[in-house]
Amino acid sequence: MSGATPKIRLRGLRKAFGAKQVLDGVDLDVPSGTSMVVIGGSGSGKSVLIKCILGLIEPDEGTIEIDGRDVMRLPRTERTALRAEIGMLFQNGALFDSLPVWENVAFGLMARRNVARGAARTHAEGVLAQVGLAASVGGLWPAELSGGMQKRVGLARAIAAQPAILFFDEPTTGLDPIMGAVIDGLIVDCVKRLGSTAVAITHDMASARRIGDAAAMLHGGRIVWSGPAARLMDSGNPLVDQFTHGRREGPIQMALRG
Amino acid sequence: MNALLDGLAALGRGAFAACRFAGALTLFALAGVSHLLRPPFHLRAFLRAFVEFAYFSLPVVALTAVFTGMVLALQSSTGLSRFSAESAMPNLVVLSITRELGPVLAGLMVAGRVGAAMAAEIGTMRVTDQIDALTTLSTNPMKYLVAPRLLAGLLALPLLVLVADILGVLGGFIIATVSLGFNRAIYLENTFNYMTTQDVVSGLTKAAVFGFVIALLGCYHGYRSRGGAQGVGAATTSAVVGASILILAFDYVLTELFFAR
Repeated sequence: MSGATPKIRLRGLRKAFGAKQVLDGVDLDVPSGTSMVVIGGSGSGKSVLIKCILGLIEPDEGTIEIDGRDVMRLPRTERTALRAEIGMLFQNGALFDSLPVWENVAFGLMARRNVARGAARTHAEGVLAQVGLAASVGGLWPAELSGGMQKRVGLARAIAAQPAILFFDEPTTGLDPIMGAVIDGLIVDCVKRLGSTAVAITHDMASARRIGDAAAMLHGGRIVWSGPAARLMDSGNPLVDQFTHGRREGPIQMALRG
Repeated sequence: MNALLDGLAALGRGAFAACRFAGALTLFALAGVSHLLRPPFHLRAFLRAFVEFAYFSLPVVALTAVFTGMVLALQSSTGLSRFSAESAMPNLVVLSITRELGPVLAGLMVAGRVGAAMAAEIGTMRVTDQIDALTTLSTNPMKYLVAPRLLAGLLALPLLVLVADILGVLGGFIIATVSLGFNRAIYLENTFNYMTTQDVVSGLTKAAVFGFVIALLGCYHGYRSRGGAQGVGAATTSAVVGASILILAFDYVLTELFFAR
């Protein structure tokens, strides 16, 4: 790492639910402009990690810094202002059922910047075009969309306000391989166009290699490896190698047996 | 001895759970009300909740009120005739409808219709991450989801009860004049002579409290629902049962406040 302040810096992050210690001292740096992919098995705490950074879950211990500022010590108003710089694509889209697609996409703009509805709709249609959807889709309801279209709308909502940081929670889960590749391509395009810093969590190795510049593996509540995403398949770390190659035998299974 | 201790322990656990629930509900209500008093205000969310509460509940409340008024007239006619006091029937009908049956029955019907819908909608939003999505879009869920519904409940149920009062009295009037042979003019005269402003205002005040309670329980249980479809179902049941019980409890308390001498 260079001496520059990372966009996101996590130190000693711990979070337990009852007796289960989900995060047990996570340290992670995400440099500005980097696409970081966090991999890990089901239940390894990837979603909890991302929700802690977003402020949706309060960690028990540790610090979360964005641009060198400890977000948990920020006043509420500054935290809200910081959120305006963040976009999030949820695993299942999390589109608002009661609002049409265009209002979903423009929701953040209208809430944060008081953009008028007419201008917001025009903007939303422009963002929908960026993710390959026609303006007419804006008038549909989320329930009328396929899974792939819902992901695209979710992505459009995440990028609508041109955030400095983007989070992606399992962006290809539930999609066929072709649609998964399409969504990954859109994510890479959007991140490059906006110049954003991105953090994606996934256990889809193809997706991880397509999206990420850098990668880290979460296991046992800690980051056990980090490095270039291109090294994911030959990291030299037995935990990562077993996970990325999907081997039944290896230290992860041993740990489970223990 | 052990059985006695187990029983006491169970009683203690129940009492603690009830206190926790009351405390959590009170804090939730205070948070919701505090967001009603601070900008930004989500007018569209309020109007949507108000229309759902008031307009779409109108048919079920109207039917309930008309039939209740009709049954009340029939039953009171039978009872009062035993004391040759049939002439008191208009008074009995209007007092019963405006003070008690209008607000209570409308409240219970709306609790079943709107309270359940609120809990199911907000509960589904919770388990599908839509509430988290609101937060990431710089929108406070309490301000956007809860506060507008509390205000809608507070304002909509009195309007519904006003309609229920009119239709309930009309139901009694129809039965009294068509089936029981009352003179129309005398029935109406007796109705309006005996009805006081306090009868109507007390009923509308009860309705405002009941409307707030219905919205509060619907939002509270929906907001705290967990665990997918089963959790949403449980939240819906809790919202309706809780609101119904609180409506009856508050009905007693408010009646004591208004009418105890």
